Amino acid sequence: MENSPTPCGAANVSEPPGRRTFLRVLTGAFGTIAAAALSVPLVGYFFGLRKRHVFWVDLGPVSDFPLNQTRRLDFDNPLQQPWDGITALTGVYARYEGKDDKAEDQFLVLSVNCAHLGCPVTWFQQSGLFMCPCHGGVYYADGEHASGPPPRGMFHVVWRTKAGRLEIQAPHYPTLQNTLTGTV
Amino acid sequence: MKGWFQAIGDWFDARLGIRAVFLPMMRHPVPRQLEGPEGWFYVFGSASLTLFLIQIITGIGLALVYVPAADKAYESLLFLDYEQPFGWFLRALHYYAGSGMVVMLLVHMTQVFLHGSYKYPRELTWVVGVFLLVCTMGMFFSGQILRWDPDAYWGLAVAGSMAGRVPLIGPWVVDMLLGGPIIGGDSLSRFFALHVFVIPGALMFFLAVHLWLVLRCGVSSPPVPGQSVDPRTYDAAYHKELEEEGVPFLGDALLKDILFSALAVTVVIVIAAYLGPKGPTGPPDPALAGANPRPEWPFLWLFALLALSPPAIETFIMLVFPVVVIGVLMLVPFISNRGERAPSRRPVAVLSVIVIYTTLAALTYEGITAPWSPKMTAWTSDPIPEHIVEHASPVELQGSLVFQYKNCRNCHALDGLGGDRGPDLTSIGVRMTRNQLIDQVSNGTPGGGNMPAYGKQISPAEMDALVDFLVSLRPEGQLPAGATDISFAAAAELPNKETR
Repeated sequence: MENSPTPCGAANVSEPPGRRTFLRVLTGAFGTIAAAALSVPLVGYFFGLRKRHVFWVDLGPVSDFPLNQTRRLDFDNPLQQPWDGITALTGVYARYEGKDDKAEDQFLVLSVNCAHLGCPVTWFQQSGLFMCPCHGGVYYADGEHASGPPPRGMFHVVWRTKAGRLEIQAPHYPTLQNTLTGTV
Repeated sequence: MKGWFQAIGDWFDARLGIRAVFLPMMRHPVPRQLEGPEGWFYVFGSASLTLFLIQIITGIGLALVYVPAADKAYESLLFLDYEQPFGWFLRALHYYAGSGMVVMLLVHMTQVFLHGSYKYPRELTWVVGVFLLVCTMGMFFSGQILRWDPDAYWGLAVAGSMAGRVPLIGPWVVDMLLGGPIIGGDSLSRFFALHVFVIPGALMFFLAVHLWLVLRCGVSSPPVPGQSVDPRTYDAAYHKELEEEGVPFLGDALLKDILFSALAVTVVIVIAAYLGPKGPTGPPDPALAGANPRPEWPFLWLFALLALSPPAIETFIMLVFPVVVIGVLMLVPFISNRGERAPSRRPVAVLSVIVIYTTLAALTYEGITAPWSPKMTAWTSDPIPEHIVEHASPVELQGSLVFQYKNCRNCHALDGLGGDRGPDLTSIGVRMTRNQLIDQVSNGTPGGGNMPAYGKQISPAEMDALVDFLVSLRPEGQLPAGATDISFAAAAELPNKETR
């Protein structure tokens, strides 16, 4: 046995203990540095949020909107990726509500996504109701909840008039805690 | 020549050690009963595995052509269906073999549960099996998204809305799920990565652990009433049984597995060839009217449960209930890891299986019929049955028009035709009085229930006509609700009839 060769990786007993401790600490230190250096970009990539841009979408001249008529408008959402294709189409319901006391044009712009689970609601002019095909959520013309499971009214879209034209803030996909107006 | 092959084989095996490792694995002893008729209970796990292998092959094939980009995915699916040789068949097989895999997994789990095979020492095998079920369901959902049609688009919308209900971090979870501010290319790429890399990777890892556990803990022998599992004595008894009368796995037991797998593959091939590929139902155009999203069949029960539950506990069912179900499944072997294994001695286990499957079947049926969804086109597509308005007065006729125009029909059927969300009103005149009807139509279901309040959506004249029409909806010879005798009815109705 005395003459047998040392197996690979077997400890060299004559080595001073300080060296081994140093190697262990060094391994631990570089391991930690490597893991930390790797995790920052990886966590940032996988779980980080992208920069949010605000875009305004032109929905046409105010004069195109008859008083108190709800219309469905579909537009290419500028929040899209160039490869989004047809899925970039986003819908809103817009309703011209006349001028307020200061003679400013007033609009009601609502997202098509039901506040319940996001299905597309349909406007019924005859009954003045929005109905959702999924679970039967119903809203009145002003977007307020009428019946069915939705926990709130429809999501309002931020709008403005500029040079006689209606513009809306490009809507992201609205959910209960991330509405389009910043209020729950 | 044979000598050459032998020599080459030996050269590799001397280095790889395949024979030393795998031959004992394949020849490991299994209970003697597996060679008999009871062995047929043990074929469902391997059938799931075989169908999974089909999924890998067909999945790689589809990935060669499919384009996971929002503007091209739909077109590439059409190319697969109509241009690529056997593309339609691979798409069909991928769907039906996946469905078959879910079925086989459920049968396998049910068999293991009923035979008490999850008890000591196979608890971990069961737990890893539950992970495999979760992965398979994940594959089903992510796969449906890749079929980039309106169902996929709105399925993502529903998933996003559910995720948005997570307390505090909801918006972040939605962003993680959709990959961006809107449903589009980012979402599709995300689900492609999940479907092709992440979930299959996890699935294969759990599968390896599952198979290793099957080898290490051994295949359970069929349950015998009266023979109960005691962790203190089980191992010794099991090994003694195997040593004395065990048979090698590589034999009749494996032959049954192969035969049943071949049968399962044949069945899914025939179904795929006969039914063809599933979808895409149309381009993923969010502006398309008439969207009516439905989840894939393994999720229909959950869809129904959500639709039928009161809104107050909805968020709980979306977010907590699935976790509870998976948690309970995982806890099964820890709730009972000893005692009787035979189903004849475990009435609670048998009853649980019956109750669970009956519930799932009933909910799935509800999910298919979806009576809670309004029929969005009924107000124009479903005419009022002629016999109902045959003898109607002009005001009642006018009321029937109000009934159609105000979209009542979308939720209320007449003679079974129309929406099912509200009650069928064919004989409503017998059940509700005039005043009750006016109240119901004006105020709907109080507190935002199932019916909207029409008070502001309808003029007094329209209301009069509508209620006249509704009161007239009675089987021949029946009195209107509230009328107790013919004289009352005569006072209320007959003068009207005479003036017609």
